[in-house]
Amino acid sequence: MIRSGVTGQRLAALFLLGCLLFNYPLLSLFTGRGEIFGIPVLYAYVFAAWALFIGLMALAVEKRGD
Amino acid sequence: MLIAEDEPSIVLSLEFLLQGAGYEVTTARDGTAALRMAESTRPDLIVLDIMLPLLDGFEVCRQIRANALLGHTRILMLTARGHQRAVEKSLTLGADAYMTKPFSTRELVLIINELLSSPAA
Amino acid sequence: MLTGATIVLVSFAYVGLLFAIAYYGDKRADAGRSIIANPYIYVLSLAVYCTSWTFYGSVGRAATSGIGFLPIYLGPTLMAALWWYVMLKIIRISKANRITSIADFIASRYGKSQMLGGLVTIILVIGIVPYISLQLKAISTSFSIILKYPEVVMPDKAGAALFLGDNTFYIAMLLAAFTILFGTRHLDATERHEGLVAAIAFESVVKLLAFIAVGLFVTFGMYNGFGDIFTRAAEVPQLYALLMLGDASGSYTTWASFTFLSMMAIMFLPRQFQVTVVENVNERHLNKAIWLFPLYLFAINIFVLPIALGGLMHFQGGSVDADTFVLTLPIAQQQPILALFVFIGGLSAATGMVIVETIALSTMVCNDLIMPVLLRLKALRLNEKIDLSGLFLAIRRGAIVFILVLGYLYFYFAGEAYALVSIGLISFSAVAQFAPAIIGGIFWKSGTRTGAICGLSAGFLVWLYTLLLPSFAKSGWLPITFLSEGIFGLDLLRPQQLFGLSGLDDISHCLFWSMLANIGCYVGISLLQKPSAAEHSQANLFVDALKQSSTSGSRFWRGIASVDDLVALLGRFLGPKRAREAFTLYARSRGEKTIKALVADADLVHYTESLLAGAIGSASARAMVASVVDEEPLGIDEVMTIIDEASQVLAYSRQLEQKSHELEAATNELRDANHRLQELDRLKDDFISTVTHELRTPLTSIRAFSEILSDNPQLDTGQREKFLGIIIKESERLTRLINQVLDLSKIESGNAEWHSSEIDMREVLDDSVTAVSQLFSEQNIALETSAPSVVPPIVADRDRLMQVMLNLLSNAAKFCERQDGRVIVRLTQEQDALRIDVIDNGIGISPGDQEVIFDKFRQVGDTLTQKPMGSGLGLAITREIISHFGGKLWVTSSPGAGSTFSFTLPLRSGSKFQVPSSRSK
Repeated sequence: MIRSGVTGQRLAALFLLGCLLFNYPLLSLFTGRGEIFGIPVLYAYVFAAWALFIGLMALAVEKRGD
Repeated sequence: MLIAEDEPSIVLSLEFLLQGAGYEVTTARDGTAALRMAESTRPDLIVLDIMLPLLDGFEVCRQIRANALLGHTRILMLTARGHQRAVEKSLTLGADAYMTKPFSTRELVLIINELLSSPAA
Repeated sequence: MLTGATIVLVSFAYVGLLFAIAYYGDKRADAGRSIIANPYIYVLSLAVYCTSWTFYGSVGRAATSGIGFLPIYLGPTLMAALWWYVMLKIIRISKANRITSIADFIASRYGKSQMLGGLVTIILVIGIVPYISLQLKAISTSFSIILKYPEVVMPDKAGAALFLGDNTFYIAMLLAAFTILFGTRHLDATERHEGLVAAIAFESVVKLLAFIAVGLFVTFGMYNGFGDIFTRAAEVPQLYALLMLGDASGSYTTWASFTFLSMMAIMFLPRQFQVTVVENVNERHLNKAIWLFPLYLFAINIFVLPIALGGLMHFQGGSVDADTFVLTLPIAQQQPILALFVFIGGLSAATGMVIVETIALSTMVCNDLIMPVLLRLKALRLNEKIDLSGLFLAIRRGAIVFILVLGYLYFYFAGEAYALVSIGLISFSAVAQFAPAIIGGIFWKSGTRTGAICGLSAGFLVWLYTLLLPSFAKSGWLPITFLSEGIFGLDLLRPQQLFGLSGLDDISHCLFWSMLANIGCYVGISLLQKPSAAEHSQANLFVDALKQSSTSGSRFWRGIASVDDLVALLGRFLGPKRAREAFTLYARSRGEKTIKALVADADLVHYTESLLAGAIGSASARAMVASVVDEEPLGIDEVMTIIDEASQVLAYSRQLEQKSHELEAATNELRDANHRLQELDRLKDDFISTVTHELRTPLTSIRAFSEILSDNPQLDTGQREKFLGIIIKESERLTRLINQVLDLSKIESGNAEWHSSEIDMREVLDDSVTAVSQLFSEQNIALETSAPSVVPPIVADRDRLMQVMLNLLSNAAKFCERQDGRVIVRLTQEQDALRIDVIDNGIGISPGDQEVIFDKFRQVGDTLTQKPMGSGLGLAITREIISHFGGKLWVTSSPGAGSTFSFTLPLRSGSKFQVPSSRSK
């Protein structure tokens, strides 16, 4: 494995970001009523954040060496 | 016979010695004068000091050897420095003999007599 | 129509297909063309994480707690971001040390401890067997349900006959057979199963497609998309509550602890360790897995809530178990093909988990539990048996059957009880107990064996007391008072409100207390202890795994062994043929032709041990190797020394680089110095040569005239006088020269005598001019002086200053114009010095020569052919004297325009001549 220090650091930072995204208190912002395109905000938020997180990880891992 | 030497007292001693041995002697105090004198007087022998003003003894020796008119001229080099390379250089340039200062006067006269009695190369 | 025969046939066909894939995978692996050597297969094999608990259970959980099922998948997603550091390290360590299971990993880290390996295995069997039985239940339930197609009927809760009268038992035995066929065909040194991984990856595709198919069917077939389902659900108050996270702070705690538990589970569940670490072909595959595996989890979860809501709205009144919605919704909608596909998907999820988990567990049970005991039992005389490989396979196969029977029994007795339903998280909590020992083990060198044993035991006991036993109580196997009153009726010891801690759900409660006990014991005891030599060396191998290019344990071994013993030992466990093959391979890699040529050195012993470790675990391998070789135990000091040396190698190489730079610089300096020395040498040669010349010239005259006088007694008096005069003059010249040389060398070496006194420079000037006036008038040179009327006195050696002045004046006279020569001597006072200029109108000196004329014998021109004028020492001596008094001597001149020699003498300031001792002279 090509161990690029930058990639490792980006992933570690992403981990911290993920801990924030999927925990109290950010989660509590979306627990109320309300819908986006008919989808409850909590469900929409969690899956959107999840998709974003995966996308960022893909970016961090695949874009190496710059 | 030509004496090319810049130290006056040595010239004086050489003049005295060679005239006493029956040679006709002219003197030159520097390299260019020595060459000029050699060409004009065509001496049988030159006593040539290496350290001459204006033109050094090696150069004088080389030019004399290059001059066909002076083919018969014997050259006796005098050196004050014990350098082996000076000796070698003078011999390769065509000098017939060399002596290191200070020299023995008797030996000097002997060598000159010998040089002049042997046929030219 | 979906008949029982069709279902059984399709099931068997599917299992047959898996079998074919696995067989093909093994074939390809044997041929060296692996089909699993790509990151996508690797990612799919990791998806063994998603069991029937995911396939059926997520919907069930979502039906009661909304999005509460998600932390189980968010945890691994987060953890994947840290795999770059953590998992890579674990994979490297495992490959370097041929680690084949999680028990092996922990045992190996803490000094190859058999006791730790056994402890880990026991914890895992207790923690994981119920989890396996959960899969059996899923298969059994889904089978019963689909058999009733097109009716939706929940399976009969009344127990069937044990073993032979029960479908589930046959399922368990079928799974055992499949596991044995692919997990233990032979005893391998790496314990890798390529065919099996290929089959697991295929199963992951099937279960994902099946689940998404149901999701699409429910969302877009039964309803008009996500919005429709959610809008309709929102109309039902109980359902709407599922769309929000509970507002009590407790639910956030639950969320966080589930996330943490699943983060640990994704790494330390035996099946995850097996596929992620042991079956890993290339550590580069981990890169893709970091984001592709979370993507898989994302995909398999997106329809969970819609299916749950759809099921809840479709089957109102709770007649149908939410855990079965995935299957019962297609049945209720009369979709036989979809139902069958879902059944196969669920079968895939369950079988994949059971097979991999069982293989991993059986390896541990065999290597870390049974073999160490058997090998110790002297009565069995196992030490004398030639070939143990058959026995090993038998034990493995027995262990597989044993584990599946255990799982079946647990299923049979737990049935629908609470103990089975919540077992997923209970297993996760058990596995999380390994986190301190493993994560601490790979990042912290000071963790010790005792610390790990105590931490694990403490955490496990707390888990047992606060989670497993309560689940038994809730299932009615223990008096329920155990929960409400605690053990011995002590309130503080109520298992789910330990020490009065309340307000947490049971999982978070257990997690808190078990981690507190676990980490507390591990860290505390580790810090109180000094690790043994074996622990220390292993700690370094593990913690520094990424730093060392090749991890070699052989550095830590010393002793005497014989090749025959090692071959025989390996043969006993792998079979003689495979053992010889392995050694031949090793011999070739060492450039030897035969095993006979090998030397039983530390490397060979290490090689043997690592091969054995692949087969029987590192702890047993260590014990076995120790039994056949004569080992010299390494003391802790020696191990420390070796480790220090290793860590110093890096520092050394850095130092070495620096040293080589320094060396290069030194070489350059030396070269320069050599150049200078050569230059000095040349100067010395020139000096000697010049001195020789200078001595020979007067000697020549003296000798010549002496001989003339001696040979010619008849000379007249006039000539006689003249020749004698020359001899005297040349002798004087010789004497002067010798004096000057001596003088210069004395000054240069600092041995000269200085007689300093206060002097008036004007007087010195006048005296010197008087001294040379005769010479100047003889040569017709005009000499002028100019000086202020008064100058301050200076302290110097009067005779030396006279010498300087005479030198400069005679020098000037020498180079003056022959006719109309003129020399001016000028004394002036500067700010804190006196300055004397001696100006002539001679030929001048070219700029290039102006500096060299002060060198000894350095007169202008080539020393070999040009005759120096005078001794050539005068200016050198003059400069030495002036600099001795703290002054400066220099010349300004241009060819044809005469020269000016100038020097200064300081008026005060600490010059050497003011030193009292020199004054006393």
